[in-house]
Amino acid sequence: MKRTLALAVCVAMGGSVALADMLAPADVTYGDYGAVEQSLTGTPGDPENGAQVFLARKLGNCLACHANSDMADQPFHGEVGPPLDGIGSYRTEAELRGMIINSKKTFQGTIMPAFYVADDFTRNQDKFEGETILTAQQVEDVVAYLMTLTD
Amino acid sequence: MRLSTLKTAACGLALVAAPLAASAEDLLINGQVEINTEVQPADHMKGIVPVVRSGWTFRSPETQVLQMDDFDNPGMIFVDQGMSLWQTGDGETGESCADCHGDMAESMEGVRASMPKMNPEGTDLWTLEENINNCRTERMEADEWAWESSEMLAMTAAIGKQSRGMPVDVEIDGPAREWWERGEELYYQRVGQLDMACANCHEDNYDNMIRADHLSQGQINGFPVYRLKWGGLGSIHRRFKGCMKNIRAEPYNRGSDEFKALELYVASRGAGLDVETPSVRN
Repeated sequence: MKRTLALAVCVAMGGSVALADMLAPADVTYGDYGAVEQSLTGTPGDPENGAQVFLARKLGNCLACHANSDMADQPFHGEVGPPLDGIGSYRTEAELRGMIINSKKTFQGTIMPAFYVADDFTRNQDKFEGETILTAQQVEDVVAYLMTLTD
Repeated sequence: MRLSTLKTAACGLALVAAPLAASAEDLLINGQVEINTEVQPADHMKGIVPVVRSGWTFRSPETQVLQMDDFDNPGMIFVDQGMSLWQTGDGETGESCADCHGDMAESMEGVRASMPKMNPEGTDLWTLEENINNCRTERMEADEWAWESSEMLAMTAAIGKQSRGMPVDVEIDGPAREWWERGEELYYQRVGQLDMACANCHEDNYDNMIRADHLSQGQINGFPVYRLKWGGLGSIHRRFKGCMKNIRAEPYNRGSDEFKALELYVASRGAGLDVETPSVRN
């Protein structure tokens, strides 16, 4: 419900995201190893916004678990996941998209949250029920940002 | 399972190599009370973690030192309050804890180390809070104290301190078994929008940094704990709630069967660690 509204606002604000191009979480198709070929929005990701989403504690909060030399000016890089230096050189866009949408499709049993899944999580808080952590465009933006992290 | 065992084994190796890793003799309180902060896992923990470590070993030297002298420990003022309450009559009978239980140092020695434990009838698992409230309502004919009230925190801190330096030793067999198994299930159950279980952080990733926070094993041998973040004492169940909120899960209530079961299970994961009440954490 909320998402539909947010989308409507995006469109009204002149965003190029058309509803028809938006892939709902349930409609995402994964490859055998969890990669997702199809863009969630059809709109190319914005790497600068992706970096903001990567950093924001209530959005991606990626730095909490992953070290990233590109953000060396930021304190406290996490150690839970692998460092992301050079990831744009050895992972494809589809692989990265799949890992952000639902990394469990690539790494079974991983601690990493799924950022574009709206399942019935056990004991989910009401305010997050049916919601994804990131919007479709935010996922695309983070993918675009990660693709800039090349060796 | 095998992967996580491997991973924890690797963590163990890193631990041996890390120069900053605290060793068991590092926590000496008032220059005389020795606290074992690293112990060998009990039988039910073998293969799960190579070494059982107190949360104290994960904290910064600045935080650690606050627990090494009772004059510096900000939790001690609440222990003193609890000791006064112990002597204070209350309820219809006007009796105090001391009227029945005498000197706390003798009658309450070891109590915290064995909590939570089945009630005398063997029908329910009782935390320290519930034992205190049972005494209040049944024997003193007084009102219950709320779980997180200043009185309850003071009393659990004072009683807990009488076990300081004694190893955690909770009963997990017999009628408590069912509770323990439920607690184990909850420990590995992924919850919330972030879809994480206790084990994801506190078994698979302890000793790793999650942003500015050094992940611990989530041991509860120092509760109630004085948290610098809280600026006061807090109960085990308050801490559980905080963790659940962090992963965007709907927390269980304080005193719920779920948290009681989890308390027993988590206490058992720290079997052998010395009670540190009142501990100091960030």
